[in-house]
Amino acid sequence: MSEAVSLSGRASDTLWRRPRFLLALLLVPPVLWLGIVYLGSLFALLAQSFFSIDEFSGLINYELTLKTYKELFRPSNMDILLRTVAMASAVTVAAAIVAFPIAYYAARYAKGRWKAVFYLGVMLPLWSSYLVKVYSWKLILAKEGILNWLFETLHLSWLLQAYLSVPGIGGNSLSVSWTGTFLVFLYVWLPFMILPVQASLERVPATMLEASSDMGARPGQTFRYVLFPLALPGIVAGSIFTFSLTLGDYIIPQIVGTSARMIGQAVYQFQGTAGNIPLAAAFAVVPIVVMGVYLTISKRMGAFDAL
Amino acid sequence: METAVRFDAVSRIFGDVRAVDSVTLDVHEGEFFAMLGPSGSGKTTCLRLIAGFERPTSGDVNIFGQNSTNIPPYRRPVNTVFQDYALFPHLNVQDNVAYGLKISGVGKAERHRAADEILEMVALGGHSKRKPSELSGGQRQRVALARALVNKPRVLLLDEPLGALDLKLREQMQSELKALQRQLGVTFVFVTHDQGEALSMADRVAVFNDGKIQQLDAPQVLYYKPQTAFVADFVGSSNVLPPDMVARLTGRSVQASLRPEAISLSDTGLEGVVAEHSFLGANTRLKVDVSRTQISVLLPKGAQIPNDGDHVNLSWDAADLHVMAGDNE
Repeated sequence: MSEAVSLSGRASDTLWRRPRFLLALLLVPPVLWLGIVYLGSLFALLAQSFFSIDEFSGLINYELTLKTYKELFRPSNMDILLRTVAMASAVTVAAAIVAFPIAYYAARYAKGRWKAVFYLGVMLPLWSSYLVKVYSWKLILAKEGILNWLFETLHLSWLLQAYLSVPGIGGNSLSVSWTGTFLVFLYVWLPFMILPVQASLERVPATMLEASSDMGARPGQTFRYVLFPLALPGIVAGSIFTFSLTLGDYIIPQIVGTSARMIGQAVYQFQGTAGNIPLAAAFAVVPIVVMGVYLTISKRMGAFDAL
Repeated sequence: METAVRFDAVSRIFGDVRAVDSVTLDVHEGEFFAMLGPSGSGKTTCLRLIAGFERPTSGDVNIFGQNSTNIPPYRRPVNTVFQDYALFPHLNVQDNVAYGLKISGVGKAERHRAADEILEMVALGGHSKRKPSELSGGQRQRVALARALVNKPRVLLLDEPLGALDLKLREQMQSELKALQRQLGVTFVFVTHDQGEALSMADRVAVFNDGKIQQLDAPQVLYYKPQTAFVADFVGSSNVLPPDMVARLTGRSVQASLRPEAISLSDTGLEGVVAEHSFLGANTRLKVDVSRTQISVLLPKGAQIPNDGDHVNLSWDAADLHVMAGDNE
């Protein structure tokens, strides 16, 4: 019993006797990382938004002011904000609609090998570079691209032309239209919607749906009153990804789409070429506020009741 | 008496498993009907065929004279109490119970009143606003029952509803269910693997094994006059005597069943050696080796208990030896 216990053995014993010490040991590095490096730098950036820039000298005036925020409400800046929020909303809704059947199939029907095929199919696009994916979409959507060729081969070019002539969503070709930007966003963020929805549907037992049907509910009613509310936490979790990723992205709208800017591009330009750090920071605050408002509304509407 | 549910040569095949194998049965309106069998015997599949969650591979399911093979679950006049209760976790108790009424378009105030009324009936008044996760197992069971009754079904299907409850609660729920069935006059179809439950509650019991009905009779008949060795063993833990032993006793080479409590120890009769004995409280059970067969004997309180290894003689009233007509393999 009293034989010499090795040093590592004694360390283990000490940790076993003091579980809180072990917890502290495990938590300190990530908390330091998150707290100081990550949140700290974020707050430093946000603090910048309460400074302003001197229009003549181009120097930053370190007096606390809301002047920079007022600039956000200038029509040209307001356009950027509304355009970005509209795009993020459209991408999120479309992602939820496209993801649901896939997630439903994976959660209810896929077994064994098909389950592996599902995960592979959903995750595979995430393994390749984001830029490669966006550029390949540019090739698909370009005037000389595959999609145009397909429409021509099917003698449906008139249909594509008619669509592209719609103001707002159309353009010279798909690759320089808002529709193009939307499609690429939808493709790139879709896995972030499918996986949480699938996880939430996985937790709905089959008898729950049978019980609803047994009680007289047609499939549509079962979807509305049982399946959808139970999947909602997953949909909201997925939409946090699709919504915030779209709000902040500055590469996709630069490569595919019109010359009109989104928030990410505005931040990029104001902090870079324009040197207007305060306005860039004010723009960066908008997605955070929008997400906060979105999650508050979701909670009020009972999106997390099934958790 | 009208027929509530009729199975006409119904089979349900999953891959190469015949879960339900050409079952024909009638459930009378207003009776308490039990489907009894070990797990995998096809009893739950039969229940799901009535509810409409499964469709027969062949044969017809009739509900109140209507061929229901092509009728979806939401159009059938039956409701189910699920084994796992399947309560909706996002709705409170009241809304769970009122779900069926909401679906059929009953207004909010009216359906909440009806739900509270039925919750009162299952002794859960005052729990309306709780979430299912805040209830105990027994309470959830009552909510599931209330939810299934709120639509006033003509047939109530119960899939091992008491399986997850502890013994005491189970016995209480058994008598409450029985009383409820008498009070409402609704046809109950009750699936269980517990023979005591089936015998004590049901008017008639269908005993299932390997997807087939072994015997469909009143509890007393099943207990005292089993038709097959399976029923004798599963329903009453009865002794099944092999044909050669019965031949020595009666001259007929058939299987016969003999109830453990019908046997007494005496000076003459079948000779055997006590292999083991166990004290059960009111009785003592002996396992007696008689040639190659082990016979179990239930001795009443106060009887002389022999030691293991003792030679004993077993005797019984000739009328208690029940010759089985069903199978003589």
